[in-house]
Amino acid sequence: MPIRASDDDPEKARRFREAALPYLDDAYTLARYLLRNAADAEDAVQECYLRAFRHFDSYRGPAMKPWLFAILRNVCRAEYARRATAPTSAIEDVTESAEQTPLWHEAEETPEAQLQRRWDSDTIRRLVAALAEPFRETFVLREIQNLSYREIAKVAEVPVGTVMSRLARARAMLRSAWLAEEEQ
Amino acid sequence: MTCDEAEVLLHALIDGELDAGHAREVESHIAGCPRCAAALRDYREMSKAIAEAGAGYTAPAALRQRIEAALPQPRAVPNRRAVLRGFAMGSAVSVLAATGLVAIVLRNDDVERIQSEVVSAHLRSLQAGHLTDVISTDQHTVKPWFNGKLDVSPPVIDLTAQGFTLIGGRLDYIDARAIGAVVYRRRQHVINLFVSQTSSTERRPAKIDTIQGFNIRHWSDRGLNYWAVSDLAKDELADFGERFESAIRAAG
Repeated sequence: MPIRASDDDPEKARRFREAALPYLDDAYTLARYLLRNAADAEDAVQECYLRAFRHFDSYRGPAMKPWLFAILRNVCRAEYARRATAPTSAIEDVTESAEQTPLWHEAEETPEAQLQRRWDSDTIRRLVAALAEPFRETFVLREIQNLSYREIAKVAEVPVGTVMSRLARARAMLRSAWLAEEEQ
Repeated sequence: MTCDEAEVLLHALIDGELDAGHAREVESHIAGCPRCAAALRDYREMSKAIAEAGAGYTAPAALRQRIEAALPQPRAVPNRRAVLRGFAMGSAVSVLAATGLVAIVLRNDDVERIQSEVVSAHLRSLQAGHLTDVISTDQHTVKPWFNGKLDVSPPVIDLTAQGFTLIGGRLDYIDARAIGAVVYRRRQHVINLFVSQTSSTERRPAKIDTIQGFNIRHWSDRGLNYWAVSDLAKDELADFGERFESAIRAAG
């Protein structure tokens, strides 16, 4: 008869380490982009891993990374809520109207004005971090974490269609920002 | 297709999320639309730049230590093999991160997703009345039934003499695409053999995985992807796959 896994079960801890710790850098990356602050990101990832371990018995796969990300996102949302009541709110750019803005009509570049320069990772991080919240989240999950649209939809708890429109908008905004940088 | 539609769908094209039909539509729009073509080119350039420069962060060592310390510790001193295993895993992960093998990571995600869809389809088929659209133990009835319903009809092979009874065929959906399923029975166990077209003609040898208690034998041959799913034991499912593959080879 199998021994029931409890929270101080070393075998469960070993399985959890092997399954979840390889994604520590990915989780930290997502938290950095969602919270835009290194110390908060560390706290969120630590909380995420402890919650994930507590719920590891109910994990049925198939993919560990999106499962961890869904937990991490909830932790980060709790942090947003805390900040919203704090006097210095850093996540003010979550605007509902942003999602209704028509795509594209902001980028009027001619086809000739194409992206020329290679960017270093600091510039990329800065441009991505400047995106408004839901677009930044979708963009990071797709472009940096390589999740499929369906996985992103699950993590962000939105329909796949919303993932597609947010991603389109995120890339359009980033492209504009990128072209603006090049003109400087 | 209008620009408004293409402006959203071209992202799915870049990300490999479009089916072949929609991909062709977007591509033909782009061929005639310089504005969308420029956007597509820039987005591809951006993705490439991000993949090359790397925009991720490395978790601080202190964070890793805090998490490690918070988890229950192994009781015994780890033996040599456990240490080696940990080391091997760590280095495999850092090699992946270091070389930025984005495509491989993505493909693994996809493989897992499709395998879990295959298991879901298998489970659906076991509900009453869902197993077969065409019921026949005759391959010459099942095979033509698929004609015209799919781009590619799955090969239907009679393996009754080998102990796997053909019981029919069914249309199913995997990865948002219609796909053929050929249904076999061994004793009271059902085997669903899902067959789809692949762009690669490369032969990929069989691999058996277990998901949610079901065994899946996956292989590719002559432009077709195969997934045989069943609650049969691994060795019996392997036997099924091998007999199927050798019957196909014998049929030329």
